[in-house]
Amino acid sequence: TSCLVIAEHDNKNLLSGTLNTITAATKLGATNISVLVAGSGCNGVAETASKVKGVNNVVCVDHASLEHSLAETISPIIVQLQNKENISHILTPASNFGKNFLPRVAALLDVAAISEITQIKDADTFQRPIYAGNAIATVKSSDKIKCGTVRTTAFDKAPTEGGAGKVVSGNDWAVPLVEKALNDTHIKWESSEIVKSERPELTSARVVVSGGRGMKNGENFKMLEELADTLGGAVGASRAAVDSGFVSNDLQVGQTGKIVAPELYIAVGISGAIQHLAGMKDSKVIVAVNKDPEAPIFQVADIGLVADLFKAVPELNEAIKKAK
Amino acid sequence: MKILVPIKRVVDYAVKIRVKSDKSGVETANVKMSMNPFDEIAVEEAIRLKEKGIAKEIAAVSMGPKQSQETIRTAIAMGADTGIHVETDKELQPLAVAKLLQKLVETEKPQLIILGKQAIDDDCNQTAQMLAGLLNWPQATFASKVDIKDDKVHVTREIDGGLETLSMKLPAIVSCDLRLNEPRYAKLQNIMKSKKAQLNVLTPEKLGVDTTSHLSTVSVEEPPKRKGGVKVENIDQVVEGLKKNALI
Repeated sequence: TSCLVIAEHDNKNLLSGTLNTITAATKLGATNISVLVAGSGCNGVAETASKVKGVNNVVCVDHASLEHSLAETISPIIVQLQNKENISHILTPASNFGKNFLPRVAALLDVAAISEITQIKDADTFQRPIYAGNAIATVKSSDKIKCGTVRTTAFDKAPTEGGAGKVVSGNDWAVPLVEKALNDTHIKWESSEIVKSERPELTSARVVVSGGRGMKNGENFKMLEELADTLGGAVGASRAAVDSGFVSNDLQVGQTGKIVAPELYIAVGISGAIQHLAGMKDSKVIVAVNKDPEAPIFQVADIGLVADLFKAVPELNEAIKKAK
Repeated sequence: MKILVPIKRVVDYAVKIRVKSDKSGVETANVKMSMNPFDEIAVEEAIRLKEKGIAKEIAAVSMGPKQSQETIRTAIAMGADTGIHVETDKELQPLAVAKLLQKLVETEKPQLIILGKQAIDDDCNQTAQMLAGLLNWPQATFASKVDIKDDKVHVTREIDGGLETLSMKLPAIVSCDLRLNEPRYAKLQNIMKSKKAQLNVLTPEKLGVDTTSHLSTVSVEEPPKRKGGVKVENIDQVVEGLKKNALI
C-alpha cells in the first residue's frame, strides 16, 4: 500500500488537519506516504511537510492559479499522480477544503469515496458516522484505489519533526493539466472574505466555548469571547445561533458545520439538538450552562449547571481567572 | 435555461433513528420519510431563479423505490415543472447516482444542476462533486448565494474560516448549504395538483448504467454511549470540576 495525502495549507503554513491525516495514513500500514502540496509560492509548506514524521515524499506543484484551492484544478493533478505512482490510497482532511475535491477525484478514478473516516480497521475497511453520528457504519471497499476524507478529530496529529521526506517539483507535468482544467471549465476565483481571529482555530482548539439561541443576540457573544480568552480557547455556535444571525456560519458546530473534539467544551444556552451533539459529543469534558433543566444537552454534560447564563458566564469567567 | 434538481427521499430529520438489531442498517420501515432538507433548499433556489425570469424550466429527479415519487411530487407542489423518477429497489451509492445523472444530462440538457450538499442519512456529501467530475463541469459546493448574469453564475460559498466567491461559465453545478434560502411550503392547491402530474419513469437498466456498489456495509452500530447527566449546584463546583480534570 502507498498512500497519498493531499495537504491542506494556506501557501505559508501547513494546516494541522494535514497532520491528523498523515497519522491516519500510517494506520493503513502504508509502506510509502507521499504528500501533495499544490499552491502558489508554497515551497515552504512542502519543506514543512517533508519533516513530518512518517512522510517519505513530498510533491510540490507551484502555480499562480493554485493560490486558491479549486476542485477543477487540483483533481487532475491527483489523478495523474495516482497513475504515475500507482497509489492505493488517497486521503485528505474532511474539512470544506477536502470535501470539495475528493469526491471529484474519486469519480474521475471511477471509485467510491469514503467520507469522514473515523477509524481504519484495515487497508480496505473503514468506520464512518452516518445519520449525524447516531449510527456508525463499517464499510469495506472493493475498489483498487481508496479515496477518503479523514475526520481529523478522530486521529492524533503526526509529529512535525522526525521525517526526512524528499521534496520534488511536479510542475513540469502538472502545470499543463492545471491550464487545461481552467480552459475546460472556465472556473474563476473572484474574492474571499476570511474572518480574521486571534483565537485558535475552532477544530483544533483545546477549549471551545459555544453559544446557542439562549444568547439572544450577537452582542452577547462578547461574554463567550471573554471566557474563551481566559481559557485560551475558540468560540463556536449552534446552528440555531447561526440561523438567528448572531454569528457567522463558520462558527457553526454540528453535523453540517464543524466537528470538534476539544479537551473542554462549554455549551452556553444550547439546548442540544442531535445535529449539534453530532459535532461535539467526542469532547473530553463537556460543561453545559442552561436555564432549562430538561435541555437534552445535560444528558451528555459532565458538568451541568442550571442557571441564567447572563449571570453565570461572567461569574464563571471571574472564578476561573481567580483559580488559575 | 433549464435547471435539473436532483432530490433524495430520506428519513425525516426529526425522527430519532434506530439501529437494527442484526446490525445490517438503520430501521426505515414505518418511519416518516421526507425530502432531504438540503435538497429542499435546492428546489427553492431553482424556483427563485425561475421567478426572476432566469430559468425557464425546472426538472426534479429522484432515484430509488416507487415511494420516491412522493418526494418528486413534493418538489412539483413547491414549483418544479416536471418530474423524473429512476426506479430501483437496489441501494444506490453516490457514484452510481452521479453516473445516472450524467446520463440524464444528455437528454435533459440542463444549463444548471443544483442540489443539496449532503443527504442527512448517509452524510456522504459527494454527489455534486462526482457529477461535476464526470461531466468535466465547474462546481461550486456549499453555496450560500447564487447570482446569475448572462452566461455566468457567481456563487458565494462557505469555506473554512469564511466565504469565497467563484464565477463559473454555464453549464455548471451548485451544491447548497443551509444559509442559501429558506424553502417555502407548498400550497394545498398545488399539492393536490401535483398528485396528478405525469412523471417520466426510467430505470438504471434503461439508462444503461451499472449501479453496482463499490462499498459494502459490514455493520451498522450504535455509537458508544457518552456518560453524562451530571449536574452541579453552583459556579464553585464547576470550577472544582475543571480543576479535577486538570483543565485549569
